[in-house]
Amino acid sequence: MGRFHRHADGTDHSHDETGGHSHDPGDLSGYQTGTERVEVLERIFGENDKTAAANRDRFAVTGVCAINLMSSPGAGKTTLLRQTLTRLAGRLRTGIIEGDIQTSLDADQLGGFGAPVALINTGNGFGGECHLDAPMVASALPRLPLDDLDLVLIENVGNLVCPAEFDVGEHARAMVYAITEGEDKPLKYPVMFRSCDLVIVNKIDLLPYLDFDTGGFLANLRTVNPAATVLSASARTGEGVDAWCDWVRAQVAARG
Amino acid sequence: MASGVIRVHELSLCGSIGSIVERHAAGRPVSVIHVQIGQLRQVVPDTLVYCWELVSEGTQLAGSRIDVEAVPARIRCRACDQVAEVGDLPVLVCGECGSTDTEIVSGEEFMITSLELAETSAEGASA
Repeated sequence: MGRFHRHADGTDHSHDETGGHSHDPGDLSGYQTGTERVEVLERIFGENDKTAAANRDRFAVTGVCAINLMSSPGAGKTTLLRQTLTRLAGRLRTGIIEGDIQTSLDADQLGGFGAPVALINTGNGFGGECHLDAPMVASALPRLPLDDLDLVLIENVGNLVCPAEFDVGEHARAMVYAITEGEDKPLKYPVMFRSCDLVIVNKIDLLPYLDFDTGGFLANLRTVNPAATVLSASARTGEGVDAWCDWVRAQVAARG
Repeated sequence: MASGVIRVHELSLCGSIGSIVERHAAGRPVSVIHVQIGQLRQVVPDTLVYCWELVSEGTQLAGSRIDVEAVPARIRCRACDQVAEVGDLPVLVCGECGSTDTEIVSGEEFMITSLELAETSAEGASA
């Protein structure tokens, strides 16, 4: 009898008795002490992922491509989005979902580009969620005119840990990495770097002032994510932003 | 900034754990929740255990504890079929032939495997 289970990427499979897994939930010691054991075998992200799938369906039926943009705080997501909206205006009908623990500062910065912005403040009694999850994004969808959009850019909460764990229903994941963060970040935050389809190496206008080892960073990135597309950019000067916009347009075209 | 001091995703994960456990426990008291956490997950076992105390307090599940089974990360090389455990650094490159064409065999688990029910004379009323 094989052991069935589901992986984080949503795939299911089972292993035969000699299979490679070391875990075994079939410890029956509880019975010996008279306590009852209930088998559960349920993924803790299951609920989130169900809502994420519903979000993805909602995007699909309205013909919208959704891209989840993640980074550490201050890496340049909002600046990149401002540059992006300027370039995509008149070419792609774009909406923004803006996630922040507190304040509408970033959402305010993204106003005035003709793109509808739905703000999600994740603050709550415990000090605020460190990420967007699928139910939060679901709550923002009615505030965007999805039928009239081609693209939704989801600016996640600045954080290299938690957002990577939560599928929000996006079609592609991109992250902004700033060269001020150090070459070792892919090894320190492998879940984030591994989860991305695209990594934008940002703030390259600072290269002359830093001892950034580009080759070292790329080598570290490749050990955790050999497949990711890598682009260099400066969201401040606009250098490289066209290539990012091309990538975005290719994502939209792939779903059109 | 927010008023709270804790801002970790383990808190919201505990919320998800709570709803799964309540459904399976169906009103019966729970003593231990067995959770598997893969090494490639960025879920910190100690933080999860601590957050569970906070989240479960005042609920039907107060007094239950989370027992964590850590699952090591293992990769299989698609080029040479070698299966190897990943070390402390999450290097997903085959140590045998150097190929980067690898698949993750284990280490991404994050699931509730089972519950231990507390001994009680009470019947599961809401079941």
